[in-house]
Amino acid sequence: MADKTTIVVHSGDMDKIYSALIIGSGSLSMGMDVSLYFTFWGLQRLKKNGLDKGPLSKMNMLGLGRWMIKKRMKAAGVEELYKLMADFRELGGKIIACDMTMDVMGISRSDLREDLIDEYGAVGTYVNEAKSSQITLFI
Amino acid sequence: MVELKVDCAGKNCPVPLIEMRKAIKKAAKGDVVEITGDHPASKKEIPMAVESLGQELVGVTESGGMWTIRIRKVKE
Repeated sequence: MADKTTIVVHSGDMDKIYSALIIGSGSLSMGMDVSLYFTFWGLQRLKKNGLDKGPLSKMNMLGLGRWMIKKRMKAAGVEELYKLMADFRELGGKIIACDMTMDVMGISRSDLREDLIDEYGAVGTYVNEAKSSQITLFI
Repeated sequence: MVELKVDCAGKNCPVPLIEMRKAIKKAAKGDVVEITGDHPASKKEIPMAVESLGQELVGVTESGGMWTIRIRKVKE
C-alpha cells in the first residue's frame, strides 16, 4: 500500500488553501495517496466559485494585501488555485466534505462543487484515513 | 520508445513536480520524459520524487540557469 498524506483543511484563507493544495499535489507527485478533509471555513472554499475567494490570513487589508499577493504570485509563476485543484484531482487526490459543517452552516450538497467531492463524512472518516497516514496536518 | 518533453520554464513550486508526475502517468513503460525548467528547488526535488516513484533517473544537466532532467518510466 502506498504511503499517505491526510490534511484537515479547516481554514478558508486563500494562502492556507494554497498550502493544503501544494502539499497535497506534492505528495501525489511523490507517489503518495492523499485525502483532504474540508471542514468549517475550509468547506466554504468548496462552494461553487468559492475556491479562490478566501481572504489572506495576514495583512489582508480589506482585500488590498490579497490583491498584491495574487499579483506577485502570478509574476513568480505560481499557479491559480483552480489549476492546482484540477491537477490534484487528475493525480487521484481525494476530497472529503465535513457533513457536520454542512448542517451547522446550512450548506446543502447542491451549494458545493459536487464534481470535486468524493465523500461526505464525519470525524470517523478523518480518523480512519489519518491512522494509516505517514503525514497528517491541520491547516 | 517515445520521448515526452515537458517545458516548465518560469513555473514555480509545485508545478514542475506535478507536471513530471502527470507526464510519467501518461508515458508508457520504456518511454523517456524530459523535463526542463528554472525553478531551483525542483532540480533536486524531481530526482527525489523519481526515486520515491521507483522510476529511473537517466540524467540531470544544467546550463545558464535552466536544468533538464531525463526520466525513464520503468514501472507502471
